[in-house]
Amino acid sequence: MSEPTPKFKVTVDNITVEVAPGTTILNAARMIGGDVTPPAMCYYSKLPESGGKCRTCLVEVSKGSEKDPRPMPKLVPSCRTTVMDGMEVKNITSEKVLDARKGIVEMLLINHPLDCPVCDQAGECDLQNLSYEHGTEKTRYEFPRRTFEKEDIGPYIQLHMTRCILCYRCVFTADQLTQKREHGVLERGDHAAISTLLSKSLDNEFIGNVIDVCPVGALTDKTFRFKNRVWFTKPVDAHCSCTKCSGKARLWMRGDEVYRVTARKNEWNEVEDWICNECRFEKKSAKDWVVEGPSKIKRSSVIAQGHYENTVKTPVLIDKVLGKSPKLLMNIHDVSDVNRPEIELSKIEGPAHSNDFKTGK
Amino acid sequence: MAVKVLLKNDHIEGIRYYDTYRKHGGYAAAEKALKMAPADIVEEVKKSGLRGRGGAGFPTGMKWSFLAKPEGVPRHLVCNADESEPGTFKDRYLMEFHPHTLIEGLLISSFALGSNATYIYIRGEYAWIVAILEQAIDEAKKNGWLGKNIQGTGFDCEIYVHRGAGAYICGEETALIESLEGKRGNPRMKPPFPAIQGLWMRPTVVNNVETLAAVVPIINMGGEEYAKIGVGRSTGSKLLSVCGNVNKPGVYEIDMTISVEEFIYSDEYCGGIPNGKRLKACIPGGSSVPIVPANLLFKTAKGETRYMNYESLSDGGFATGTMMGSGGFIVLDEDQCIVRHTMTLARFYNHESCGQCSPCREGTGWMYKILKNIENGKGKMSDIDLLWDIQRRIEGNTICPLGDAAAWPVAAAIRHFRDEFEWHVNNPEESQRRNFGLAHYADPIHVPAGA
Repeated sequence: MSEPTPKFKVTVDNITVEVAPGTTILNAARMIGGDVTPPAMCYYSKLPESGGKCRTCLVEVSKGSEKDPRPMPKLVPSCRTTVMDGMEVKNITSEKVLDARKGIVEMLLINHPLDCPVCDQAGECDLQNLSYEHGTEKTRYEFPRRTFEKEDIGPYIQLHMTRCILCYRCVFTADQLTQKREHGVLERGDHAAISTLLSKSLDNEFIGNVIDVCPVGALTDKTFRFKNRVWFTKPVDAHCSCTKCSGKARLWMRGDEVYRVTARKNEWNEVEDWICNECRFEKKSAKDWVVEGPSKIKRSSVIAQGHYENTVKTPVLIDKVLGKSPKLLMNIHDVSDVNRPEIELSKIEGPAHSNDFKTGK
Repeated sequence: MAVKVLLKNDHIEGIRYYDTYRKHGGYAAAEKALKMAPADIVEEVKKSGLRGRGGAGFPTGMKWSFLAKPEGVPRHLVCNADESEPGTFKDRYLMEFHPHTLIEGLLISSFALGSNATYIYIRGEYAWIVAILEQAIDEAKKNGWLGKNIQGTGFDCEIYVHRGAGAYICGEETALIESLEGKRGNPRMKPPFPAIQGLWMRPTVVNNVETLAAVVPIINMGGEEYAKIGVGRSTGSKLLSVCGNVNKPGVYEIDMTISVEEFIYSDEYCGGIPNGKRLKACIPGGSSVPIVPANLLFKTAKGETRYMNYESLSDGGFATGTMMGSGGFIVLDEDQCIVRHTMTLARFYNHESCGQCSPCREGTGWMYKILKNIENGKGKMSDIDLLWDIQRRIEGNTICPLGDAAAWPVAAAIRHFRDEFEWHVNNPEESQRRNFGLAHYADPIHVPAGA
């Protein structure tokens, strides 16, 4: 093993990256970032064996590899398909993929209550982002939606199955953090439900992490429920000396008040370090924490509202995907009378009038 | 001409029991096989051209040769007896009346693949067959065909019968493996394929009951001789379970050279349709294969006679053809309602979806609800297009073939019987009182010149 391991060249939407063998298509696309990364609702890089279930990350493989250039007959889940050398993948450049994804978003939403106005996850919900980007504005589903009773799993966690999209992330989390299999899926098909056997409470130091991995509002923090909207709180990175976990957490503050504590998440909305229940639910005072500074938040996120530091811009890749710059069909400044960058609004006296803009012409 | 290969001793009383089975040439193939090298048995099966009888029709010899053989890792053979496809009951017949054929086949295959622990995963509803199989296994063990050092060859093999809990999805090989491991029967993501990492992450081959039983005549006759039965790439004999509107429903063995018309109307097989009714449609391979109307059943779109084999039945793709499938032959006469029939199937797939991937979990239920509306006279014209759209987005986008199996019947019903769906929508009251009838579905199809 003296020579360095060969890297595989993989092309996602005309952008080529070199990745280590064994990387999945999704992770290769994440290295590029931006729009060419398929959305993932069930895959979680921290949880082995997760993924492949939600089918939102389906991509088209137009060339299998350098050795075997045949395309793959079906769309493949990018989170569970490993790359081959010379593989060519189409994500946003494939109409088949976009159509399939649209269908999947529609199907994920047909039994989702769409109660975002009262849901605590709103604003940081993967399903919201997904349906905003890939969904349609109207549903064709005309039947009553599936509902479940709310359930308490433990003193801190509320399970609201009605919102669940059955991504199995919490099942893997609970399975991999605890020795016992208490948390799982009951029933099957469209009445499958995440639950604990006979409504047992989950008792584990790290069980609070199921809240963080949940892509929707099915698992919520009871200490934060209905306290505040996430976009009114400001995320700051903080740490404390905890004996059980790394102590690295994210505080969601409003003024000096800590509304909730979550684990730190990376740009793909995945937890960086699991935190323990004590840090998450008990330390609700700024005194318990050493604040490091504002967290990095995606600029496109609604949470970035009123959060001017450390916002992360997503790379714009349209030129690379198309292989040329998009043609500008119309420059708004050429046709609009009021939208003129050379006129500074602050220098106009009194309320602006259309005449103020005409003077320049 | 009727061939009898698997069911050649069907007329003998007590063939279920070891003594009678042995007296009539039973375990001769096992005797022969145990003297052969395992690789030669695989070669023989390859030569026979045997294709998987569970539905997909994948060449068995090829599947066996994919089996990984890492040093020191046990390998397993699993017999898929979870026969849950609506309309299919051929394996039940084989296991109930010829258990020793299956056990002999399992023994030979286990020897060929090097499996010391072989499992029969049987459908939970076949409760009484478990007793039959276990009795047969006991008899085989007493006579030295199973257990340690079989017939002095030094090969050990145990066969365990495992009962399922009544889930259709456990007929899918990876879900079957999960269930056999004692977990929830959710299909696994492929790759890794079971041939590399299957049961307990060991290399595993999963085969249908009929496939494994067919290994016995292959060894007895020799692979090349077996390949002479049948036609083209459809070699050997196939068991078909016939149900629906025929005079003689039951299990038949065919050699895949007879035409569909002969199969339905000859007295030797189904014996025609009762009460002088006319044929409307047929599902030739179990509920998940596309339904075809009568005019496309006997003749392909090119006007050629359709035969009962893998190639001929799938001639024309899904546009005008269907599939051999698992051999659950369902015949529908002119009194049957296609909408109701499709709804029944959609309800089945909705009930049996494991709920793992979203298109299948949500889509099957949605399709069932729409079909229920149309059937009950509450449908809209747009519902038919919506159904088409849903099935299109399920097909091929799921982990396992259950999504496809749920989508195909709906797709085929709309493709061929769209006017019946439209009639249901346009005549909500009349459709509750009478059926659409035969309509033009049995009319000879127009064959374009030069087809």
